[in-house]
Amino acid sequence: LAAVRSTVPGAVTMEKITEYKDASSYNNFYEFGTDKSDPAQNAHTLKTRPWTVEVEGLVKKPGKYAIEDLLKLSAQEERIYRLRCVEGWSMVVPWVGYPLAKLIEKVEPLGNAKYVEFLTLADPKTMPFVGSRVLEWPYAEGLRMDEAMHPLTLLTFGMYGEVLPNQNGAPVRIVVPWKYGFKSAKSIVKIRLTEQMPRTAWNKAAANEYGFYSNVNPNVDHPRWSQATERRIGEDGLFAKKRKTLMFNGYEAQVGQMYAGMDLKKNY
Amino acid sequence: MARALLHPAPKPLVFVLSLLPFAWLVYGAFADKLGANPAEYLSRATGDWTLRFLCLTLAVTPLRVMAKLPTLQRFRRMLGLFTYFYVFLHFLTWAWFDQGLDPGEMGKDIAKRPFILVGFLSFLLLTPLAATSFNRAVKAMGAKRWQALHRIVYAIPFTAILHFFWMRAGKNDFAEVAVYAAILAVLLGWRVREALRRRKGVGVAARAQATSRPS
Repeated sequence: LAAVRSTVPGAVTMEKITEYKDASSYNNFYEFGTDKSDPAQNAHTLKTRPWTVEVEGLVKKPGKYAIEDLLKLSAQEERIYRLRCVEGWSMVVPWVGYPLAKLIEKVEPLGNAKYVEFLTLADPKTMPFVGSRVLEWPYAEGLRMDEAMHPLTLLTFGMYGEVLPNQNGAPVRIVVPWKYGFKSAKSIVKIRLTEQMPRTAWNKAAANEYGFYSNVNPNVDHPRWSQATERRIGEDGLFAKKRKTLMFNGYEAQVGQMYAGMDLKKNY
Repeated sequence: MARALLHPAPKPLVFVLSLLPFAWLVYGAFADKLGANPAEYLSRATGDWTLRFLCLTLAVTPLRVMAKLPTLQRFRRMLGLFTYFYVFLHFLTWAWFDQGLDPGEMGKDIAKRPFILVGFLSFLLLTPLAATSFNRAVKAMGAKRWQALHRIVYAIPFTAILHFFWMRAGKNDFAEVAVYAAILAVLLGWRVREALRRRKGVGVAARAQATSRPS
């Protein structure tokens, strides 16, 4: 998947890139199982063609986009982002995609659109764990309008220069680098602009543990564990001290102003 | 069968078999065969093996009685000590890889996470059992007191399953927990049944004695 390297501030970290084998075999994608090796084993059943993404809600021009058209909607860029999972591990992944803003501008949001909701595929025929009681399906995520329009929020089609492997959310996913990984919904089929804050899958499952914002924040612990440190997959040895987690996953300069004046302990 | 078990070979064989999971983990750690997150793999594997050895240890007595193979008893201590071996490694993976052997951090983590607290408690409870497992300890304590102390082991299935249950609660994924819980329930249930039967037996004998007393 051809792309040019992005020039957006913060879009390319110089850190060591996680090995492809680790990034494509250690995944959370509960539709294919809750063990981190499950998605790589089970996701081959996912059919990524034909694929359409429906954009609807508070927009002037709602529409259904075939994946082929979506791929061509804007120039593909390479972005090298840190990825921090809420479970306390992290990776550095070179993604391929373009800002979600390009698609949202296209459908012309109405003045009262305040949030963007993402709904992902929930097909029990190809996704063996859809129907399990772990989460409510389809998997739902959401962003505030300014977050969705932020130049770092990436509508993502590939990684490591190739199209996304199924287990990483093929054929199209979202990547929001300053939030915990679960905010970056995979295998998206619907994008809906709303006035009300959308409920998200993890918020429905455990509201006291997973808030709407879920910004990476070393100062706000998960109720059951600390978020102050993380282990970089494939890099931090067994006996190495874990590395310190950065505010907004190191993207504070780019995104911090969106949360100015907000109590991030309350809006976790 | 009974004779085969008395042979000197089975004991070293069980010993070597019990070390195989450990050998695999050491090899895997050095040969980079434990996946993307080796620390997590080691932590989970040592936890799994602790549970498995706990089941094996608690299975010795019911098997011995049901199969009428008293010689099986020879393996109980070794299996119990391997349970402790794996729970100690399990504790170490947490203390070292997760907490960097920092006592302050460990204390905070125990206070913060109930499943860590219960796991740590299980490890603590097993420690005196391992420490008094040798023959001289039995002699020094006296069989009665030694036995009373070692009844602690009956609390471990409860704390271990709670630890495992809470750990999996984040993903609402309880299939494996249920399997171990069922096995341990059978092993403890058998003991409860035996105890009830013995008490009833004693009761019947006492009544029989009372009625046969000459008036």
